[in-house]
Amino acid sequence: MRLINRHPDRPSRLLLVILPFALVLFAYFMGSAERLADNPNDKLLPSAVQMTDAVKRLAFNADSRTGEYLLWQDTASSLGRLAIGLGIAALAGLCLGMAAGTLPLFGAPLSPMLTVLSMVPPLAILPILFIVFGLGELSKVMLIVIGITPALARDLEQRARDIPVELLIKAQTLGASTWTLMLRVVLPQLLPRLLISLRLMLGSAWLFLIAAEAIASTDGLGYRIFLVRRYLAMDVILPYVVWITLLAWLMDWGLKYLTRRAFPWYEGAAK
Amino acid sequence: MSFITVKNVWQQYADQVVLEGLNLNVNEGEFCTLVGASGCGKSTFLRLLLGQETASRGEILLDGQPLAREPDPSRGVVFQRYSVFPHLSVLDNVAIGLELPRAPLLGRLFGSAKKDAREQASALLHKVGLGHALDKYPAQLSGGMQQRLAIAQALIMKPRVLLLDEPFGALDPGIRKDMHALLLGLWRETQLTVFMVTHDLSEGFSLGTRLLVFDKVRLDPHAPGAYGARITYDIPLNSDRRAQRAAVDALPAELAGTLRIA
Repeated sequence: MRLINRHPDRPSRLLLVILPFALVLFAYFMGSAERLADNPNDKLLPSAVQMTDAVKRLAFNADSRTGEYLLWQDTASSLGRLAIGLGIAALAGLCLGMAAGTLPLFGAPLSPMLTVLSMVPPLAILPILFIVFGLGELSKVMLIVIGITPALARDLEQRARDIPVELLIKAQTLGASTWTLMLRVVLPQLLPRLLISLRLMLGSAWLFLIAAEAIASTDGLGYRIFLVRRYLAMDVILPYVVWITLLAWLMDWGLKYLTRRAFPWYEGAAK
Repeated sequence: MSFITVKNVWQQYADQVVLEGLNLNVNEGEFCTLVGASGCGKSTFLRLLLGQETASRGEILLDGQPLAREPDPSRGVVFQRYSVFPHLSVLDNVAIGLELPRAPLLGRLFGSAKKDAREQASALLHKVGLGHALDKYPAQLSGGMQQRLAIAQALIMKPRVLLLDEPFGALDPGIRKDMHALLLGLWRETQLTVFMVTHDLSEGFSLGTRLLVFDKVRLDPHAPGAYGARITYDIPLNSDRRAQRAAVDALPAELAGTLRIA
């Protein structure tokens, strides 16, 4: 049988899913054990025990200086920034994209502008944000907003244009004004697409968050990683990276679940 | 005075003439079927009637008034595809026609007004045979059911003109026959003036009370876009149905009203 026609059955699919993860973990812990056998003080590939100790220290013991539980405090401030940034970007992207994609008179000036803006590397203007908005929360949130709004807006603009013109005409024959047409025909059809766009943008949003925290912050997951880097504390960095990955994956999964639950008609309206 | 008057209408895009010198008088309640080769301007003519496009020259009068330059509730439309809103249930697809004109701010009604709209929509949907599918989304319906829904959606507005752009072009022959019966039934009941573009000649002959053939009478092989199509044949059809319609129209209004509902 040709390779292209062979499909894994359920148990073997599960095995194939787990396999690459298992391989990576196996390679890591083999390497870690070998290095630690050579030199028990090696910091580069900490063992599971060392990492568990570090996590325990950060998550369940109050910091002796501040009295805070660092992991949870870092998580809360990072997620807060991310949520505000994503929220503002989603709202701005939706409004801009909908206006540019639905109303030709708005699209004419907005569309080229958004194209140019989306080409500006956000990290290149981070210094400007620090200068303009100071080193506080605002500049970090603004980096996320500025980083992902143009891309979101462009995607939604394209989606708005993809709505068949027949539907827009039909709505007008049903007595819609421009405003009610956008409210009842365009907006509901763009919302599921907005969630999908946000999922695709999550990676960039985390990137901008961690970059901003690394440069100017006093807490947050990115701040902690870059802080302990000075002590080569891989036993903290690695669990933090895993934790960030898990959070990002959960957000992605949550958005996907929300799309399916809130917009059952989307994706071919399966059953 | 006729209901729709088309006066010397030309439509051209750049140097491509699509329609030339179109003149037509249509009375209220006529069922016009538009046939002709592909690309001869039938759909363009329909778009002119709809207000989706404006004629390059000439004018179209509806009841003596120039046609609005954009689509509005006086003219309903059913396209071959994409006629219904994918994000609304069958019931809401029809009820939205009652909500949009009455709720200029939010585009939706609440409370008893909403219940009212949904009841009216549901009654109409039962009539077109979709009573069992009120809560489904369009993507869960077959092609024929989607077109039934599109027709119901157009009729809830009680338009004076119904424009159909190859509405049954993508349907199986058997289902198409059911749709013909449905459409003729609805046409008999209402005062609708119908324009229907079709590729199917027999459909054009069997449904219409008037068949309009679009064709190019002049052709310059060196400049294929130089001349447009005209209405080359204007054939009255199904005289029994026309006579019946005329007889009903001649009755006193209140009697005619009860007849139409019956």
